[in-house]
Formats: sequence, structure tokens, C-alpha cells
Amino acid sequence: MTLRVTNALHLGSPVDLLVTGERVTTLTPAGRQPAPAGCEVFDAGGLVLMPSFIDAHTHLREPGFEYKEDIASGLAAAAHGGFGAVMCMANTNPVNDAASVTRFMLDRARQSHPHGPRLYPVAAATAGLEGEAMSPLAELREAGCVAVSNDGRPVGNAELLRRIMEYAADLDLIFIDHCEDPHLARGWKMNEGAVSGLLGVKGQPVVGEAMQAARDIMLAEYLGLPVHIAHVSAKLTLDVIAWGKERGVRVSAETCPHYLLLDESAIDGYNTAAKVSPPLRTSRDREALRKALKDGLIDILVTDHAPHAPHEKETTLDEAPGGITGLDLALGLTWGLVCENVISEAELQRLWHHGPAEIFHLPRNDFAPGDPADFFLMDPDELWTPTPETLYSKSCNTPFLGQTLRGRVKHHWISGRRVV
Amino acid sequence: MNDDNRYRWPHRHLLDVTQLSREDVARLLGLAASFQEINRRPVKKVPTLKGKTVILFFAEDSTRTKTSFDIAGKRLSADTYSLSKTGSSLNKGESLKDTGLTLQAMGPDVLVLRHSSSGAAEYLADRLSCAVVNGGDGWHAHPTQALLDCFSLRGVWGDNFVGRTLLILGDIAHSRVARSNVRLLTLLGVNVRICAPRTLLPAGVETWPVEVFTDLGRAARGVDAVMCLRLQLERQQAGLLPDLAEYSRRFCLGAEHLALAAPEARVLHPGPLNRGLEIADDIADASASLVLDQVSSGVAIRMAVLYLLAMRNDGEKT
Repeated sequence: MTLRVTNALHLGSPVDLLVTGERVTTLTPAGRQPAPAGCEVFDAGGLVLMPSFIDAHTHLREPGFEYKEDIASGLAAAAHGGFGAVMCMANTNPVNDAASVTRFMLDRARQSHPHGPRLYPVAAATAGLEGEAMSPLAELREAGCVAVSNDGRPVGNAELLRRIMEYAADLDLIFIDHCEDPHLARGWKMNEGAVSGLLGVKGQPVVGEAMQAARDIMLAEYLGLPVHIAHVSAKLTLDVIAWGKERGVRVSAETCPHYLLLDESAIDGYNTAAKVSPPLRTSRDREALRKALKDGLIDILVTDHAPHAPHEKETTLDEAPGGITGLDLALGLTWGLVCENVISEAELQRLWHHGPAEIFHLPRNDFAPGDPADFFLMDPDELWTPTPETLYSKSCNTPFLGQTLRGRVKHHWISGRRVV
Repeated sequence: MNDDNRYRWPHRHLLDVTQLSREDVARLLGLAASFQEINRRPVKKVPTLKGKTVILFFAEDSTRTKTSFDIAGKRLSADTYSLSKTGSSLNKGESLKDTGLTLQAMGPDVLVLRHSSSGAAEYLADRLSCAVVNGGDGWHAHPTQALLDCFSLRGVWGDNFVGRTLLILGDIAHSRVARSNVRLLTLLGVNVRICAPRTLLPAGVETWPVEVFTDLGRAARGVDAVMCLRLQLERQQAGLLPDLAEYSRRFCLGAEHLALAAPEARVLHPGPLNRGLEIADDIADASASLVLDQVSSGVAIRMAVLYLLAMRNDGEKT
């Protein structure tokens, strides 16, 4: 089966893409090569061609919380959002701390989306995410986990974390570090600062994130092992990461669209849609994060897609769980950053595709011969407004509902097969 | 203070003092003064709110605020119903939204809410068509307390608030009384000081329009009034204070501090008092103390609030 996508724009140039079976054959300047006889031709009509995004940090809620999201709905949102691969965190019920849970997740993905997006589970670092005993990481690796994390609940015990990092390294599993000092962060609802003081709400100080990042970067240096810092929200954490990178520590870092577009003022009026872990910080933090996308302090973008049902968010700030959905909206939100010249189109692709593929050793598409044919076509000018009806996720807990976004996925292929 | 006949009370709800203009405050205090007169009559009841329904929904413990609203409503002939968290479906796991909608379906004119979560009153006000009065939400706001404090001070200072200095002493970080008072007193031109150990100061206090002290001896110098706050014993359990005796040694308002204040300085406390912890026994009972006056002011202020909100929604669609 051969497919020829003509008249697409790749990094600003018109191109033709030739795909054979599941792989890329060639990417050539438009009109240079005649179409092989009998191939299917798809006229892209000037749409923008991108490698499928990889989301290294999502919560798909199955098993256990299917009323918020399940693997079928989460992967549907991913496919329509331009994601060809999704890594899902372990805070399900039961927790993904045993091979049987990993296999269950992969089975559900194969049943609902046999042709992708691909699902890559993340193993729980500790049994039940309790932070006390290491999970059977070799068994989890064999079952299909690609990384290890205690996401949602930090590992407070540095000795245990050291052993997890060492043990995981033997298995070629990277530790994804949810940085939050458990004591400094106790009972928080938002960032600690002037806004929390006025609203009368318990805040989480930025040092709670940065201190743990510093501790774990030091640990990684001492052990000579890599560490990946999850959902960086604060400038102070970036400073710590810069220090680690300067010293040659193998530290990589991610942030999410909401930390690049919002700040703590979004909580004003006790807006539970903007309650998220870690919390939205100040406009100064937001600007520092935008800059870090360019200078490479931030290696990748992730959604931290965290669905919650409407009744869970429709309550007081105290009671509402933290979390923002992102799979449906990530492209529209971050294409906006390209339009604003915060990052280039090539940087966007690095942050959403090449970066995560490198860090987590996942299939990568440079549109070179033999690369996996994972790609989408987007309309760079389409203006659209997310509403609960336009989202494929079961939940719509995002503060971007009702706003105008620019850029939307129109067609998506994974392994050469059309999924959208 | 309020000579303008064209003045109309503009608010559907009372959620915090931040929504009030100086004119609104003058109207409230003036109205409270006329209701105070009713409260001194032998027959303390007028038919003004006859046929109006007021629900007092106190999802957090309260004695004086609930009783005060209850008496205020009854003196104006409104029908008042009160329920607490233990007696309500909130204890059975019903959400605040559903409890609010259920109560609204019974057709109250005013719903007074006390809740342990900051923002709870605003949350219900956004969803209900009846008037909502914030009877205290978390650490955020307690507008009727701030209004009654000003009403008591008005009895002493008259309308001369501008340039006065008032010290708020105690657990500012976790106090809705402090937040609403800082906002209201600042609006009225009072210089506000706050004094607490750093562990009980709110985040971002440097952005507040107040002078911050951690030494009571300095803070009390020359002030026209001191407002003591109740120290919740759980603050010590949370590790914010080493022990209560040490707190009392540093922050309990005593005669020696009041001696540093302006002559005729007054003492306020929202109650209930921890005698010997945040306020010395003799100070609480001294002639400078406005503590009991605050309680009677509370009834008058709440009559004024219920009146303005219940009558405003008459024949108006907003």
C-alpha cells in the first residue's frame, strides 16, 4: 500500500510525502517526483505537515476512574489532538505497580484503537504509589512500561529514591520526578503568594518544587544517572535545572501549555478549572518558562492531561481536585505560541516529538526513509472555540473552554494508517 | 453621611466588603443606627420584613453569628430557619451546590451561609437567584463582622475615622475577620497595623495596605483601638507556634500595652474570647472594652443587611 500526500507545507516549504506501508519512503520538494503508479494520492491543499506529537505525561484514569476518562476516550482525544503516542501515569486504581495492570492497559488500547495512538504505560515507582516500597520494575518493564514515576505523589524519602533510580537504570527506565516537598506542600490549593493571601487560601510555595528538584538533580549527579523533572511550573526550578545542566548532569525537563499561558490570577474568583498540580505560578514564572522553551532548559512539552468529572470540579476550591485536560487542546494552545513568535515551528516539533522520542527511546519520525509514518496535517489558520461538545475527552476541566484557539488537526496517520 | 436622596443600594448579595463603596457603608451604618433604636424599645419588633424568608445555613460551627442573624431577622418579622452541617444533607455527602439548590427551591429571600471553604459564598451566589449573605467563608471574608466592628467604633469616634490608627492583633493568616476589617477600615481612611508572629502572617502581606509588626510593644504605641483575634488552638498543633504560654507571653494584650496606646483607646474582640491567651482578663472587662457593644452592634448591622437585600429584590429583576 502506497500513499502520496501532495501539496503539504513542512517547515514552511511545499512538500510531497511518499509512504509505503507503515514507513516513510521519501519527503521531497513538491512536484519533483512523479507519483508511482497505482498509489493513493491525498491532496493536502496547503495544510501544515508535522510528525505526530508524543505526550509523555497523561492520566487516562483506567482502570478505576472510568467516569473521568478511559483508555478509549483518552486515545480518541489524543488522535484528534495530533498525538500518535501517549505515556500514561500509574495513579489508577489499582495502581500500575504490577505487570497485570500494565497488560490490562495495553489490551484496552489495542481493543479500542488497534491502529493507534500507541499507549506507553509508566510504571509506579513504589507499590500503591505509597512511597514506601519499590515496585517490581523488571516485571513492569517486560510487560511494556517505558519509564518509572511516582507522579501525583512525590517520593519524600531520598534513600528510597536513590535505590529506585539505581534499579531502574539497570532496566533502562528513566525516572520521571514529580517534585514537591511533601511537608511544605501539605494541604495546598494554589500557589503561595499575594493572591493566595488575599483569597484566604492555603498556598504551595515555589521552593517546595525547586528544593526537591535540586535534591534529585544532586542525587542524579552523584549516581551518574539521568532524571527527568516533571511539569516544571516555576522559575526557581528552572534555575536549579540550569545549574544541573551546566554541571553536566543528565537532567531533562518538561512543562505544560497551561504554565506557559496562565498565571495564578486565573484562580481569582475561586475558579476550580484553574486548580492544578503543581499550581499556576506568577506571570514572572510564566515568562521564564516561555524563555526556557527557546534556550533548551525545557526539553519537552507534555499535557499532564488530568481529567475530572464536572461534579468534582463544580465545588469550592478546597474540595475540587487539581487537574487540567490537555490532549484535545495542546496543539491549538501551543501553535498559538508559534504564531506569537515565542517558539518556531521547528522548535514546536522538537518539544512535542523529537524531544520525548529521544528521552524515552520511542519511535521517531524525521521523515527520513524507513521512519514510522506517524504524521498529521493541520490547518494553521483555523480559529475554533473548545466547548464540551468539540472535545473527545470524557471530561472538559480546562480553563481554556470558550476561548478562541488558532490551529487544528485535520487529518492524522499513524503507521501509515489514517486515524482521523 | 448620606444626604443623597437618589442613593440606591446596588448589591444583590453581600459577599465581602470589597464590593462596598463609602456611600454603601454610610447607608448600612446609618440604617443600623435606626435599627439600634428599635432594639432598645420595650417591644423589639417591627413588621418591615413580614412575609420574607431568611435561611441561615451554617455549615461550620457558630453561636453568636447565627444567633445574631436569627434575632435580626425576627426583629424585622422575617421568618427565619436555621440549619447546621450536622443537621443537613452535607453530612450525608450532598454537595454544596445541591444543598444550595435545594434550599433555594424552598423560596427564601435571603440565604446566609457560613462555610469552612474560602469562596463558598461566592460559589453559591453565582448559582442561586436569592440574595446570599456571606456569614464567614474559610479564611477569606466576614463582611458583617467588619461592619459591626465599624459600627461599634462609630459609637465612639462618630464619623471621624480618617487618620485613626487601629491595630489588629493575632492570627492574621487564618482570619476572615482580619481580611474583611483591613479592607473596610482602609476604605474608611483608618491606618491599619497588624501584629503577629511571622508564622501567623499571610503570604504576600507586604502587598497589603498595612504596617506590619511582630512586636506588640511597638505595635501598640499610640493606637486608637486594638482588635484582638481569637487564636485557634489548632495553630499550635499545626506547628505554627511552640506553645500557647509562649504565644501569650508575646501577644496577649495587657494593661501594659494599652498604656502605650492613645488615651481613650478601645479594645475589640470578635469572640469567643480565650482569656489570658490573646486578651488579659482585666482588659476584656475594662471600660475600654467594646466586646459586648460589638455583640449588640451585630444585631443592628445584620438587621440592616437583611433589610437592604430582602427589600432590594422586591419587584426588581437583577
